[in-house]
Amino acid sequence: MSQRVVIDPITRIEGHLRVEVEVDENNVIQNAWSSSTLWRGIEVILKGRTPMDVGLIVQRICGVCTYSHYRCGTEAVENALGVKIPLNAKYLRSLMQTSLYMHDHIVHFYHLHGLDWVDVVSALSADPAKAAQVALKYTDKPIAAGEGELRAVQERVKGFVEKGQLGPFANAYWGNGTYKFTPEQNLIALSHYLKALEVQRVAAEMLAIFGGKQPHPQSLVVGGVTSVRDMLSPARLQEWKQKHAYVTDFIKRAYQADIVMAAEAFGTEPSVLGGVNVKNFLATDDFVLADGEYMFNGGVIMNGDLAGVSDINPDLIAEDVTHAWYSADNAQHPYDGTTVPNYTGFVERDTVYGKLPTLDGDGKYSWVKSPRYNGEPVEVGPLSSLLVSYARGNKVVVDAVNGLLARTGLPVEALFTTLGRTAARMLQTVIVADEGLRTFDALLTNIQSDEATYVKPEIDANKEYVGHAMIEAPRGMLSHWIRIKGGKVENYQAVVPTTWNAGPKDANGKIGPYEASLIGLKLEDPTKPLEVIRIIHSFDPCMACSVHVMDFKGASLSEFKVSPNGL
Amino acid sequence: MDTHAALYEQGKQRLETLRSLPRRHEETIFDKMAQHGITRRDFMKWSASVTAMLALPLPFSTLVAEAAELADRVPLIWLHMAECTGCSESLVRADTPNLDSLIFDHISLEYHETLMAAAGWQAEENLEHALETYKGNYLLAVEGAVPTANNGAFLTVGCKGHTGLEIIKHAADGAAAIVSVGTCASFGGVQAAYPNPTGAKGVHEVVSKPVINLGGCPPSEKNIVGTLMYFIMFGKLPALDMFNRPKWAYGARVHDNCERRGRFDAGEFVEEFGDHGAKEGYCLYKVGCKGPYTYNNCPTERFNHHTSWPVLAGHGCMGCSEPNFWDDMADFEKPLGRQLLHGLDATADTIGAVILGATVVGIGAHAVASVFAQAKED
Repeated sequence: MSQRVVIDPITRIEGHLRVEVEVDENNVIQNAWSSSTLWRGIEVILKGRTPMDVGLIVQRICGVCTYSHYRCGTEAVENALGVKIPLNAKYLRSLMQTSLYMHDHIVHFYHLHGLDWVDVVSALSADPAKAAQVALKYTDKPIAAGEGELRAVQERVKGFVEKGQLGPFANAYWGNGTYKFTPEQNLIALSHYLKALEVQRVAAEMLAIFGGKQPHPQSLVVGGVTSVRDMLSPARLQEWKQKHAYVTDFIKRAYQADIVMAAEAFGTEPSVLGGVNVKNFLATDDFVLADGEYMFNGGVIMNGDLAGVSDINPDLIAEDVTHAWYSADNAQHPYDGTTVPNYTGFVERDTVYGKLPTLDGDGKYSWVKSPRYNGEPVEVGPLSSLLVSYARGNKVVVDAVNGLLARTGLPVEALFTTLGRTAARMLQTVIVADEGLRTFDALLTNIQSDEATYVKPEIDANKEYVGHAMIEAPRGMLSHWIRIKGGKVENYQAVVPTTWNAGPKDANGKIGPYEASLIGLKLEDPTKPLEVIRIIHSFDPCMACSVHVMDFKGASLSEFKVSPNGL
Repeated sequence: MDTHAALYEQGKQRLETLRSLPRRHEETIFDKMAQHGITRRDFMKWSASVTAMLALPLPFSTLVAEAAELADRVPLIWLHMAECTGCSESLVRADTPNLDSLIFDHISLEYHETLMAAAGWQAEENLEHALETYKGNYLLAVEGAVPTANNGAFLTVGCKGHTGLEIIKHAADGAAAIVSVGTCASFGGVQAAYPNPTGAKGVHEVVSKPVINLGGCPPSEKNIVGTLMYFIMFGKLPALDMFNRPKWAYGARVHDNCERRGRFDAGEFVEEFGDHGAKEGYCLYKVGCKGPYTYNNCPTERFNHHTSWPVLAGHGCMGCSEPNFWDDMADFEKPLGRQLLHGLDATADTIGAVILGATVVGIGAHAVASVFAQAKED
């Protein structure tokens, strides 16, 4: 007898996500559905506006990877108009991206994903003196993990628990058998959770130095970057470098050590060993290190074949809406797609919590579309980026990946797991922090003789332009596609990382990475599905990003109808 | 308008009320601060700076300190509607690190989807429990606009599939005060820009209670924390402007406190990004700055621990704390001076364009806006 498990809201993510799974009598997941339950319509809103405003508007797709959309939208317009920005602008954009990654991956691991690994209640029974010794096992210079610090953290949280007031920690799946850290390891990680709150503030300040603020920086324009005074100020440059060193220190002495600790403790836990069932990976060249040189490489890997990595062909990208709340006959390329909302609501049925409205898996069930590459689902994200660079023989990446495997004693296959996805994010952060200094040095050299940050773009209202940009966002490959006509936005679409990963099944019944990652997983207790949350969080969901809608060539806004269907 | 004496008295009474509520933590804030190496003197300095930020006279800093001490008695429920999570991200960046994180966990955070450990059914239980247990006493913060088209079905949250519209109405019923955090919750924000396909609205448009609007995309961490502190201290809404924004934060125009204001007065303008003027810090009006039409404390408080703000980074203000700015102030890199905004720009534009040309457009707008600001204060 199968049972339906409903998880909504999936918390500690950006946006609104619902996941449902069906388990058999042994609590093994037979089927899974992932759905975003919010639709905003940003691309419809872009229609008819000046291309110069695109970056500022698309940035509001997401307040987490905020800078990624800003940059991708701005660069899509530059690509369409044929604008070549000055070298300094490339470097500044790359430094802002470096800052974003150092911020975003830390927040994800500690504040969004961390509580799937760390049992806060267990940490309260740890021996702080013993924990301080344990911390030395994973790094010879631990941070926020001395006996006194650990004792203070423990006492602080104990106050909560003894009065039954857990605040933000209330009513979670504490005590679940798939938590594998010892009490001492839990205490170390909990201490880092609190320390990381402080570190992430400084990382956000790094981006604000050249971006004006974070989230939603405001210094990119079509044609370059506006923070020329900050670029020319030795005090400002030094401020960035100083904060960079502080955050890097935490990355090396805490983040890196905690992943090694997790690999050891969770090395035999099934919900950590599985989770990569779509073995197709997509990533693009990104992070400008020097003129024409990138930190990470682009390409496509199909069926887990690292030897067969090939170049991306943008023509092979299409989006299917068979099971999404839109109407369209066929899968469509981003330049030519349509979006007509067609909401069909929920279906009531029995679940582990009694009767509830549930997703109609046979019909339409999500506001996320299903992007496909040459008809196949693919995963994007830090794991994809590292696998593609690894397959390309990128020396820095090969050394980092092999180094971690050697340190943890794990085989190469361990990369194709939930653990691999989480570890890849950490490795990427370390590489970005280290290599980002090359960009910084390249900027210092260049401004000795060149202060240009901007070239004025020209738009001919009598011409039609088409362009796109592909970049790496912290959640994976992001592409924006624009058509400009009469000097205005004619058509716009963002194909975003979470859409690639979270989309529903397509017309051919092929399922995407989220859903595939859950099938076959055994739950300890279907009413407390920690394993599902852990796997889904390892993708770092960003739902507002994924719920986009393109405007469509040839359909006027007056024809745009929003009507309830079957509600 | 409250006299300071009356306001002080009100604050004192409010704190007495709070003191009578049950404590959530036995440990005092001073014990906690001691653990973090923060002295009582540091704490009083912090209180003084918050007092200044709230535009209150210095004697109020004792009230601020007491309020911080009592803050854990106020349950906070934070809901996410149609949004990008940028406002939560801004809250998480709250500066003066250790101390603000203490303030943060001294408010009893009952529900916040981005931060809470519980998920799914258990998360929904937390919300229902908090709405019931603290009925009439909780502070409700909302992030994001409320989709109303399609009977609100463009957003559902929770296993039970309630729409955002239903959830907001229910949560607003039992709230002691409602704070719309950010331009989306306040005025609909980007999803409400033309043609607003989801019928997105600000919270105050769908509930029948007073709502404090914190415009900004996102509002600075200081404006969020400062507003929560005001409620905790006085148990009432602060003095508000015509768009229900707290005057202490939104009472002055960006332009009036701008660091480039001297350049404006001297007629020195950036003509094109990256030019000589851009390197020298000239006024950004001609490349689209909307500072003369925007009310916020960005120039004085800045963002991210005072690190920067858009104008310092060489990009004009885009007016993000004003209603309908996505439509009214586009396109953002051109001077406004051509649209009817708050009824003042037509005048500025006409006078400026006809008589003296572009520079004077700015000066005209500035003069008219000053009169407008004065009227608003009254």
